[in-house]
Amino acid sequence: MFTIIPNPQAKPIDAKFGDKDLIRRSASSITPVAQRQPEVAKLIDVSKCIGCKACQVACLEWNNLTEEVGVNVGVYDNPHDLTPNTWTLMRYTEYENPESGNLEWLIRKDGCMHCEDPGCLKACPAPGAIVQYSNGIVDFVKANCIGCGYCIKGCPFNIPRISKVDNKAYKCTLCSDRVAVGQGPACQKACPTQAIVFGTKDEMKKWAEKRITDLKSRGFKNAGLYDPPGVQGTHVMYVLQHADKPNIYAGLADNPRISPIVELWKGGTKYAGLALIGLTAAFGFLHHIVAGPNRVTDHDEQEAKRLAGK
Amino acid sequence: MASTEVAPGDAVHRGPQVTVDRYTRGARINHWITAGSLVLLAISGLALFHPSLYWLTGLFGGGPNTRAIHPWIGVVLFFGFLGLFIRFWKLNLWERTDNVWLKKIKDVVTSNEENLPEVGKYNAGQKLVFWSMSILIILLITSGLVIWEQYFGQYFTVEQRRLAVLIHALAAVAAICVWIVHVYAAIWVRGTISAMTQGRVTGGWAWRHHRKWLRELVSGK
Repeated sequence: MFTIIPNPQAKPIDAKFGDKDLIRRSASSITPVAQRQPEVAKLIDVSKCIGCKACQVACLEWNNLTEEVGVNVGVYDNPHDLTPNTWTLMRYTEYENPESGNLEWLIRKDGCMHCEDPGCLKACPAPGAIVQYSNGIVDFVKANCIGCGYCIKGCPFNIPRISKVDNKAYKCTLCSDRVAVGQGPACQKACPTQAIVFGTKDEMKKWAEKRITDLKSRGFKNAGLYDPPGVQGTHVMYVLQHADKPNIYAGLADNPRISPIVELWKGGTKYAGLALIGLTAAFGFLHHIVAGPNRVTDHDEQEAKRLAGK
Repeated sequence: MASTEVAPGDAVHRGPQVTVDRYTRGARINHWITAGSLVLLAISGLALFHPSLYWLTGLFGGGPNTRAIHPWIGVVLFFGFLGLFIRFWKLNLWERTDNVWLKKIKDVVTSNEENLPEVGKYNAGQKLVFWSMSILIILLITSGLVIWEQYFGQYFTVEQRRLAVLIHALAAVAAICVWIVHVYAAIWVRGTISAMTQGRVTGGWAWRHHRKWLRELVSGK
């Protein structure tokens, strides 16, 4: 058993982190806070998940969200995809293990991974619409969101969804409001099997080690931790039975990274583009100074008259 | 000989001062709708292109409004430009003399017009502006639809949308540069702007810059 986070005190306490603890702010240049808070992480142990969807319900409940009643198409995934209201979703995969011949039911809780190198934040054009706290949580700030959908293009995991109601982007907050007062995320709290645990990233890595050792002893020789280095690690990590093939878990990215197209768009293009526009204007200005205006002369007018008069 | 350089509405007015009709009222209204929407698009687009220009969203009533209105202005621009394209494409077809004109670009920028071949209604520079804008606007409207999240987001994959947003940014930068060239040329070559404000230019202007066009107009009478 992982140590259970105790229930909160009844009396209100101050938030442990807030606007003063940012290391990144979208479309803004800020000085990252000097002293980072201990990085937090949610560890999702896919091997312990029973697919009860208590986490999905807890997420809706805590965040006061309602999902539309959907349509059953013969799969367990409900709803069929992440939505502006469903910030976490159980994705079910029936996997026939070619080595053992066993049918394995792989159930992955999908949602924001809280990347250390967040593509959404880097793509966002609205100052302060996406922030990253020093503990690693990446949060959307609704008041600053303009609904352009650039975060969707930046995200290597295809997580953010834009609401058709208010045209704002939504995703898992890692329950930043709960974490700020010393609680774990709602999904973690609701998980009946401790498939979801929460703590500092170091604690989670250590806990994951134990789980991986256990899984290996049970014959899952490729069991491992999913903390992808392509995005400098994530603050939501998975323990996978088959860490060599993340893709079998309902298309989990094998080697996620911010798309090179997005890097090019938000990197070189932004500066080269403005420079090119500036240079074109400067060229015109200089040309006018050097060459002067191209004026019609009296001679031209006389010639026109001569031509027209014929 | 059938006229190849004259558009409907072009006409010479003789008098103490020769004037030449260059753009009809319809063409001018069409042009200024397109021009206005292009300027608004550039401002609202640049606001979302670089954080240092985000304050420009204030001109459109804030970030969300800018995001919402930009694509609609784009639709106006597309149909505005389509109108201009239908009006002007024929006289912008590339001809052999345009290559000669381009080869003598040095004489162009130094205003040594007497060394240049006689030019019809449009010179090679104007034709390049026309065709590059045509291509860029097609790129902008198609990539723009792909990244119009509110209505078309769900029809395209994330990868397609990423590519579209990059193409959109590159094409927009190019279009703004072409626009600067277009506006600068109109300012530099004095006497040009009245063609789009009042629809006419002086005979001397036509003689100096578009002599072949003037000759055809005169001989057509």
